[in-house]
Amino acid sequence: MNKVIAASAIGRKFGNTRALENVSFDISESEIFGFIGPDGAGKTTLFRIITTLLLPDEGKMTIMGLDCRTGYRQLRKNIGYMPGRFSLYPDLSVEENLNFYATVFGTTVKENYDLIYDIYSHIEPFKKRLAGKLSGGMKQKLALSCALIHKPGLLVLDEPTTGVDAVSRSEFWVMLKKLRQHNITIVVSTPYMDEAMKCDRVALIQRGRLLSINQPEKIREEFGRKLFSVTAPEKFKLINALRSFPGIRTAYPFGDSVHVTFKEDEFDDSIYKHLDRMGVINARITETKAGIEDSFLELMQKE
Amino acid sequence: MRTILYLIRKEFLQIFRDKFIGKAIFGVPIVQMLILVPAVTFEIRNVNLCVIDMDMSAESAKLINRLEGSTFFRIKFTTFSENEANQLLHRNKCDMVLQIPLGFAKNLGAGKPGRIMASVNAINAVSAQLSWAYLNGVIRDHNMNIAAENPGLFSGSAFSQTDVSNRYWYNEKLNYKYFMLPGILGILVTAIAFLLAGLNLVREKEIGTIEQINVTPIKKYQFITAKMVPFFLIGLVDLALGLLLGKLFFRIPFEGSIALLFMCSAIFMISVLGLALFISTFSSTQQQFMFVAFFFMIVFILMSGIFTPVESMPGWAQKFNLINPLTYLMRINRMVMLKGSAFGDISREICSMIVIAIAFTFIAVRRYRKTA
Ligand SMILES: Nc1ncnc2c1ncn2[C@@H]1O[C@H](COP(=O)(O)OP(=O)(O)O)[C@@H](O)[C@H]1O
Ligand SMILES: [Mg+2]
Repeated sequence: MNKVIAASAIGRKFGNTRALENVSFDISESEIFGFIGPDGAGKTTLFRIITTLLLPDEGKMTIMGLDCRTGYRQLRKNIGYMPGRFSLYPDLSVEENLNFYATVFGTTVKENYDLIYDIYSHIEPFKKRLAGKLSGGMKQKLALSCALIHKPGLLVLDEPTTGVDAVSRSEFWVMLKKLRQHNITIVVSTPYMDEAMKCDRVALIQRGRLLSINQPEKIREEFGRKLFSVTAPEKFKLINALRSFPGIRTAYPFGDSVHVTFKEDEFDDSIYKHLDRMGVINARITETKAGIEDSFLELMQKE
Repeated sequence: MRTILYLIRKEFLQIFRDKFIGKAIFGVPIVQMLILVPAVTFEIRNVNLCVIDMDMSAESAKLINRLEGSTFFRIKFTTFSENEANQLLHRNKCDMVLQIPLGFAKNLGAGKPGRIMASVNAINAVSAQLSWAYLNGVIRDHNMNIAAENPGLFSGSAFSQTDVSNRYWYNEKLNYKYFMLPGILGILVTAIAFLLAGLNLVREKEIGTIEQINVTPIKKYQFITAKMVPFFLIGLVDLALGLLLGKLFFRIPFEGSIALLFMCSAIFMISVLGLALFISTFSSTQQQFMFVAFFFMIVFILMSGIFTPVESMPGWAQKFNLINPLTYLMRINRMVMLKGSAFGDISREICSMIVIAIAFTFIAVRRYRKTA
């Protein structure tokens, strides 16, 4: 398979901040590749390097066969970028924004209409509306349409679903999946662990380093330990009680429950007695399957 | 080229869609012309005089008569007490005390300089200076008369005439509006080209569109040109509007060539557009830009000679004005409009402005390349 992006040992500093450190990865054609990590992990910095907005201090990156340092002129014709912040003209209408991007890429909306049809048709009824007056979900669809209008080989989406409602978020992922049939490679970042499952492969990124690159299923399997979910009415008390138990290895809050692992990697039922003594009532413990987030926390723990 | 034209169209669309800017670009020249020109014009009428005529001669009476006959002075008090006069000045009852000492006529008759003394209330330095200049003007007239009536009597002039500044020569009636209006026109094009263009550039950064624009095949020169051209054109339109208003409302004389005036303003705008681009590379918000640009604008305007003649500024200020494009524009506007100067008369100023325009643009583009 062709490599759309090949990055090796990429490093980038801002003053004393190491935004990226020894980052290496390969992305294949038509893949949906996700970068998952918390705020400040370095996702935007990496994406700005991929989109030729920023040069790396160290390392080498080729994108669609072109070097990121020298090939930027060619690359800019063939990359679609949707920055994390909504960055279309709020004082131009939906239609004008789309026409603007089509024109600067030397194409027309008509020419690539089939590519954006699935997305643009949702907002076409509002095409005379100013972009600044759209709802979050509609802005996101317009931004995606604008990033796609020149039929790029590589689509780079920086946190496209942050600040968007749940329905629009899942709609958005359906649209991305559909783009695969047009041979468009998609690189996407997100702070939401549940969205990781929708990628073909994900890279976990933390403090500028990649912790792991794999298929989301495999990353869950990489967890490699027995994981238990504990619930009790008073969650804060529960977490403290769990952490004070000598046999507990890790205890992280997870939604309504607390995910724990044991040092011996076996369930130790003396924990019920301990919780009782600590005044936690009605605690329920069940074994559960590790999610991406569990793997992430596990990998961070090892760092 | 097609891309640039398309981008320019987009800019115009956005400018006129902006509820405020769209109106301001035509509102500002109107307001500046109709309100600012009369407001900053410190034409002083009715300077209240207190006269102490110790001489009581025919000569002194003639001088006083002449003062009274001028439109600027009004003789409000006459007294023989210096004390009283000073009191009047102190209590703001009069603006100037004129003292004609004993022996004034005798000295004149003997061909010696006649001395008089004037004290001016200088709390408002500008009006004091102006009253002083008016007084000098009247006295100069008076001298000429004496000289004409008594040929051969004077070898030198009795009173200092150097204070009568050159500018009145082309503005005989001391109409301050004529003097201010060409200057205000200079400020007008500065505001449009410098502030609006710069704010527009920074806005793309502030709202984040620049990130997406930079990942398109648009070249930097195309982007910048498209940002500059609309304000350049609007500046020229506003200049025309300002001139028209000046003609209609103040009957400002226009002695020189209109084309020359527009050409000079065009060169000037290129230099401030360059400066705007330069400052924009340091600013990430419109507020930051505004703060720095405001500072530059104030310095440029105050030092340009719009209020006070550049020639009377200290040496360092005159040196600074060598790189102040507004100084040249101010001079050119006045010379072309009031004096009818032709290209040859102002070629030095034009050359200086061209050099400044090239230098500013060069520095700005270099800096822009590095940062963006
Ligand atoms: N232009 C910049 N100047 C200084 N520091 C920066 C700049 N851009 C990013 N950083 C720093 O680099 C780190 C990574 O930031 P970023 O790539 O934006 O992370 P993410 O997108 O994952 O939230 C952060 O510590 C951030 O403060
Ligand atoms: Mg980010």
